[in-house]
Amino acid sequence: MIFSIAWKNVWRNKLRSSIVIASIIIGLLGGILYLAFAKGMVQQQVSSAIHSEISNIQIHHPQFLINDEIQYIVTNPDDKVNAIRKIEGVAEATSRITSAAMASSAITGTGIFIKGINVEEEKQITNIHTLLIDGTYFDTKLRNPAIIGEKLAKKLNVKVRSKIVVTIQSASGDISYSAFRVAGIFKTSNSNFDLMNVFVKKQDLAYIIGIEDTQATEVAVLLNHNNLTTAASEKIATLFSEEISKEILVVRTWEDISPVLKMMNEMTIQYSMIFVIIILVALSFGIINTMLMAIMERVREIGMLMAIGMNKIQVFFMIMLETIFLSITGGVLGLALSWALVTILGISGIDLSAIAEGLNSMGYSSFVYPELDFVYYALIGSLVIVTAIFASIMPARKALRFNPAEAVRHDA
Amino acid sequence: MSIISTVKLNKIYAEDTFPVHATNDISVNFEQGEFSAIVGPSGCGKTTLLNLLGGLETPTSGEVIIDSKIITNLKSNELTDFRLRNIGFVFQAYNLIPVLTARENVEFIMHLQNYNKDERNARVEELLTAVGLKDKFNKRPGELSGGEQQRVAVARALASKPKFILADEPTANLDSKSTYALLDIMETLNEKENMTFIFSTHDSRVMERARRLVSLDDGKIVNDETK
Ligand SMILES: Nc1ncnc2c1ncn2[C@@H]1O[C@H](COP(=O)(O)OP(=O)(O)OP(=O)(O)O)[C@@H](O)[C@H]1O
Ligand SMILES: [Mg+2]
Repeated sequence: MIFSIAWKNVWRNKLRSSIVIASIIIGLLGGILYLAFAKGMVQQQVSSAIHSEISNIQIHHPQFLINDEIQYIVTNPDDKVNAIRKIEGVAEATSRITSAAMASSAITGTGIFIKGINVEEEKQITNIHTLLIDGTYFDTKLRNPAIIGEKLAKKLNVKVRSKIVVTIQSASGDISYSAFRVAGIFKTSNSNFDLMNVFVKKQDLAYIIGIEDTQATEVAVLLNHNNLTTAASEKIATLFSEEISKEILVVRTWEDISPVLKMMNEMTIQYSMIFVIIILVALSFGIINTMLMAIMERVREIGMLMAIGMNKIQVFFMIMLETIFLSITGGVLGLALSWALVTILGISGIDLSAIAEGLNSMGYSSFVYPELDFVYYALIGSLVIVTAIFASIMPARKALRFNPAEAVRHDA
Repeated sequence: MSIISTVKLNKIYAEDTFPVHATNDISVNFEQGEFSAIVGPSGCGKTTLLNLLGGLETPTSGEVIIDSKIITNLKSNELTDFRLRNIGFVFQAYNLIPVLTARENVEFIMHLQNYNKDERNARVEELLTAVGLKDKFNKRPGELSGGEQQRVAVARALASKPKFILADEPTANLDSKSTYALLDIMETLNEKENMTFIFSTHDSRVMERARRLVSLDDGKIVNDETK
């Protein structure tokens, strides 16, 4: 019965309770949308980094990661690619020859990272072929075709069919100069990547460097879903455990490859959670204030209840429940509405093209799809409950100070 | 043996400037089945005396003995439980929980006493019928007249099966018709069930019906007559 009285008391002053509930809803909407937006943004970034840059998993010779020297190759890359393809969850694997190099045009030169790729296989791994803004994906009669990023094209002031000269250290240690023709220009969401990366055919690069085109410095693996990363990387590691123990092979996930990405991912969520907590603390003061007002209006009624035999525990409990019901009503509605809105925006996306220029340089896409795992709703839901309990204590304690004799004294 | 007796009851409100002696050495007894009124001018200490009798306030000195139990020594939570099980209260106003219906208001106190649902239902209907509110079971206090609200309060006071009922100016906000209706109900309960009623009042209509008038002035009993 005390539950039912407390629930009914919440609705005594409909306007006041509605305002509190509305403020909780708005607070939660703000907090959760912010969280989902931030999460969507980093997820977007992670996903675009995986699909156009780093894949889920990469394999290298450990020394190659330090020295970038062509002698540090992955042995039998084709066998490895075939073995990896059989692992569950692997969408595709491919081998590459990669090297640091220097690209120059008639105007200027800049440091780049050149990637000799298996043109058809690569399509299954990275989405560069879908991100071309000019030219074709190696569909050309040009000799030594190269696909370069938009930013690099701008910097070198080159167009499709323009010549660029790539300076690279060959396997023998000599410096070689080779001419490439721009076959296509791509634009990813990360303009830094677009400045740094040049894709060429694997056999062309092998020839320049002076190695067999069956060799490779890198094997890249794309998975069907990012949450399979840990499991798949463990399986790959067991497959090649011998070479790993000889320290001639390392298997790295995207989190190992780009720790900054991982850290940003985690930090963004932590900061957003702090933001949500600040909102909840602010809301709790509003709730406390409202409840204090509500009970101060009921001094005589509460005194009467004490007079006729309601004990302190029951009075305390009743007022606590009132606060908790009020807060949780707002919390449930706020969570439900936030969920609905996040789901809708997660499908439609939020277009940030107006400010996309700046975002692109930080590696963000201009379309953001907010998303939030169920655990965060559960977590925020529990935080709302904690807030409700916290906010309920002070008004309930205040009610205990009332004197039953107040009820009788009409003028009190 | 008296159902209530007081021994040299003093209540001094220590106001900042000077103390108010609200009851002054009051020794008085009330017997089972009385229908009595404490009367006197405003500020003479009627409410204070009633609050002391009902264990709502603690005396500065002296004792209140109910059914041979000295309630003045009880701890706050024991006193609350004692009130719940032994005393029915009817106040001048703010008697009822506004969000509950008449039926739920009466049921509430039985709920506090842990009566089961069947007992509660049976007794609530019996009591609300007895106070003439058979067709208003499901009305909230806001939908009832002042007199009807006071009758619900009487039903609520009776629901806890108290030893006696204390009513502080129960008719102060009522018109004559409602006042007589309420007095009739209380008188009937007094006669039929031998329920003890003690009022505080300066309402002449209540004084007419009361069979004993205890007159206070300045916190002292100045007259005590049984008709
Ligand atoms: N809480 C209090 N603090 C200080 N003085 C009080 C307090 N309560 C009552 N008094 C004083 O005690 C005296 C008796 O008050 P009480 O309310 O018992 O009178 P009453 O006879 O019920 O008056 P009324 O007919 O106006 O209801 C009055 O002088 C009053 O001002
Ligand atoms: Mg009074």
